[in-house]
Amino acid sequence: MTRSTTPSICLKSIQKAYGATVALNGVTLELKPGEVHALLGENGAGKTTLMKTLFGLTQPDSGSIEVNGIATVIASPRDARAAGIGMVTQHFSLVKTMTVAENLALAEAGLVRVNLAEARRTVEGAAARYGLEAPADAVVAELPVALQQRVEILKALAAGCKYLILDEPTAVLGPKDVDSLLGVIARLRDQESMSIVLISHKMKEIERVANRVSVLRRGSVVASTAAEGMTPKQLVALMVGGDGTEPVVRTIAVAKERAAVVLALRGISIKRVIGGLDDVSLEVREGEILGVAGVSGNGQSELVGVLSGILRADSGNLEVAGSVLGDVTPSMLYRAGVGMLGEDRHASAVQHLPVVENLVLDQLQTVTRLGHLDRGAMAQRCETAIREFEIKATPDQHLGTLSGGNMQKVLLARLFSRSPKAVIVSQPTRGLDVVSTRYVRSLIAAARDKGTAVVLVSEDLDEVLELADRVAVMYRGRVVGIVHAHGLTRERLGEMMAGVS
Amino acid sequence: MKPRFVLRAGNPWWRGPLLVSLAAVTTFVITAALIRWSGGNPIAAFRYMFINPLQSKFGFTESILSATPLVFTGASVAIAFRAGYWNIGAEGQLLAGTVGATWFGLHAEGLPPAIAAPGILLAGATFGAAWATVPALLRARLGIDEVVTTLLLNPVALLVITGLLNGPWRNSETGFPDSDVIAESAMMPVVWPDTRVHLGLVVGVFVTLGCWWFIGQMTGGLRLRAVGLSPGAARIAGLHVERTLLTTALVSGGIAGMGGASEIAGVAHQLTIGISSGFGYTGVIVATLAALSFIGSLVVALILGIINVGSFSASRALSIPSTMGEVVRSVLLITVVAALVIQKYKIVWKRREA
Repeated sequence: MTRSTTPSICLKSIQKAYGATVALNGVTLELKPGEVHALLGENGAGKTTLMKTLFGLTQPDSGSIEVNGIATVIASPRDARAAGIGMVTQHFSLVKTMTVAENLALAEAGLVRVNLAEARRTVEGAAARYGLEAPADAVVAELPVALQQRVEILKALAAGCKYLILDEPTAVLGPKDVDSLLGVIARLRDQESMSIVLISHKMKEIERVANRVSVLRRGSVVASTAAEGMTPKQLVALMVGGDGTEPVVRTIAVAKERAAVVLALRGISIKRVIGGLDDVSLEVREGEILGVAGVSGNGQSELVGVLSGILRADSGNLEVAGSVLGDVTPSMLYRAGVGMLGEDRHASAVQHLPVVENLVLDQLQTVTRLGHLDRGAMAQRCETAIREFEIKATPDQHLGTLSGGNMQKVLLARLFSRSPKAVIVSQPTRGLDVVSTRYVRSLIAAARDKGTAVVLVSEDLDEVLELADRVAVMYRGRVVGIVHAHGLTRERLGEMMAGVS
Repeated sequence: MKPRFVLRAGNPWWRGPLLVSLAAVTTFVITAALIRWSGGNPIAAFRYMFINPLQSKFGFTESILSATPLVFTGASVAIAFRAGYWNIGAEGQLLAGTVGATWFGLHAEGLPPAIAAPGILLAGATFGAAWATVPALLRARLGIDEVVTTLLLNPVALLVITGLLNGPWRNSETGFPDSDVIAESAMMPVVWPDTRVHLGLVVGVFVTLGCWWFIGQMTGGLRLRAVGLSPGAARIAGLHVERTLLTTALVSGGIAGMGGASEIAGVAHQLTIGISSGFGYTGVIVATLAALSFIGSLVVALILGIINVGSFSASRALSIPSTMGEVVRSVLLITVVAALVIQKYKIVWKRREA
């Protein structure tokens, strides 16, 4: 193993903003030869944007990239590949109807004719050297996900890549496949001296293979350190940030035990190898925010799925205002007074419809007179919403032309206009600029103060600690603890998130 | 340099007319070259195609007559497309409508016109909707792509007609594969004296205006638009996406079927194998050229009617191919679609730099 001190790849002061939202704020990252560099951080912290920059999928506003000490412009994935950089995302770019060997032959750069024999040799060689076994003549569509992922890695190897970016490669794998992938990663590093960027939320994996760990928060590198000797607990502490010991102070009333339970989950389980839920029980009371924290991929999105009626639980009950709902559907929850703000705001609103129509889309019966839309009432409601929620848009503006913050305000205005008993808000400020973030949080707090029961699912710990009255921590599909926010420290929260009970 | 399409926030008043003129000029330039190439004089050909039909009462009313089935199929396709249901089966649904209308017309002897005339249109609409049912159910229940299923049912409808005309409905007097003439009471009355323009046109215009009113003013119309623009967001807002698709598909089929009935009851008065000269397919062009606007589709149907009548006289007078009308129509389709993209999106040229 040769480890020179000059970095192979150096990203220097990378700056990238989308409108008012700063995605990367002067990020500098070094990737040394023969190292596995783990990149940690909540979703939306900028990891993917940073890697997209390195792979030529997006251009930085400022900053530079050096490959082997030479300043290199990477304007497209083609440039990236020419510089020896390969990337495996969660969405594979394979021709599914072709065989493994055919896919590899297609990937080899500068090829005039398809050389299947060589592609087969690549497959055999990789199997022998790195344990990266894949059936050369099998059709890709018929392979399980784990094998398709190997084909993606093989493609990068066949194209002669020296640097590999793996974007959450283990998120789609079962435990056995994770094991063998980590083995492959270690062999590529040790035998080929490849440099690998590993984006992952799983501390155990990072502990096993990473040489270095960098943590991104809100577009900045907040920590970069050698991984040797780091325990999962220390890694989470890095992610959580701060010195972690000062407790949260809550001035508003904490004990709301006397308030009525509005929404309750009792023993919810979903049996799956990846992304299951295990006996989850939660209660949210009137006028309370229950924060749900956890490292990404520990069951939070499944929990939101159950709470919004999209995912069916294998066992357990969902109760709204004391009555059990059987066979939960989204419209049933809607009628029961449970509102939902999904994490993907673009998919939650009709981009090509104007603000005024989007605002009433979930409550059309209230603006209908004899089958006709009551345009006057709609306009009035829209004006009220624009004023109350400080939405910077005209009623007739198509939603797709609004900024993320204003789009989120429209969705919140729609959500709260029905005076729901309970709301589930998932990643409410992801990708928003500072001003919008502050405003959206104040709206959620205001709803709580008016008596709404709120479930806040967020990977942003600052957000959870700022808003939540109680915090439920999820780890591997279980709720490992529910604690009062008053007196809670980041350190304690970090321990729980790392699975330390 | 790489082009990127960015959604426009709005359009100044002049951009629409400017783009339409641009599309028209481009169409003229391209088709003029083609007419020249086939040995005709482009200026003379355009005069025959666009001006002459408007200069005589006969030419104008024949153009209106020619536009009548397109009014129905244009509305049929437009309403389906607005819901995101890509119905390419207006042709088959129209043909099914002619079968329903013929069946009703052959049995309407003795009925008063006040019952028989609406009855024949309803029969056509029912058969059209029925023909649309299977693809609609397959899409709404199983998610099977309707473009393929609706399209493939078109030739099936034609085969059904061929079978009927060579079997039970063979003409009782001549023995030719044309049906008998339908009962007189079921025929559409002429609404413009001394021309062939019949009540079907008025019904078609009213159906189109009805669609326009529904889409813009009624709650169901907003529901339909939301489903068409973003089924996912519509579902999140608690709308019944599948139900909306199913209903819209049946209404679309019904309108196309009524168009078929209008041709039987208003023009042909009997079922023939050539009853439709691609009215359903042209309906897709009408709706697209009109940018799925209903008022626009009335105008486009009329323009295509004029080109249809005009291209025949152009071909007779200048001995250029009579299919030149279709060529003009197709080029117009391409230029207008391009113009619509530019109206909706701003094209930004991304420079390659670090």
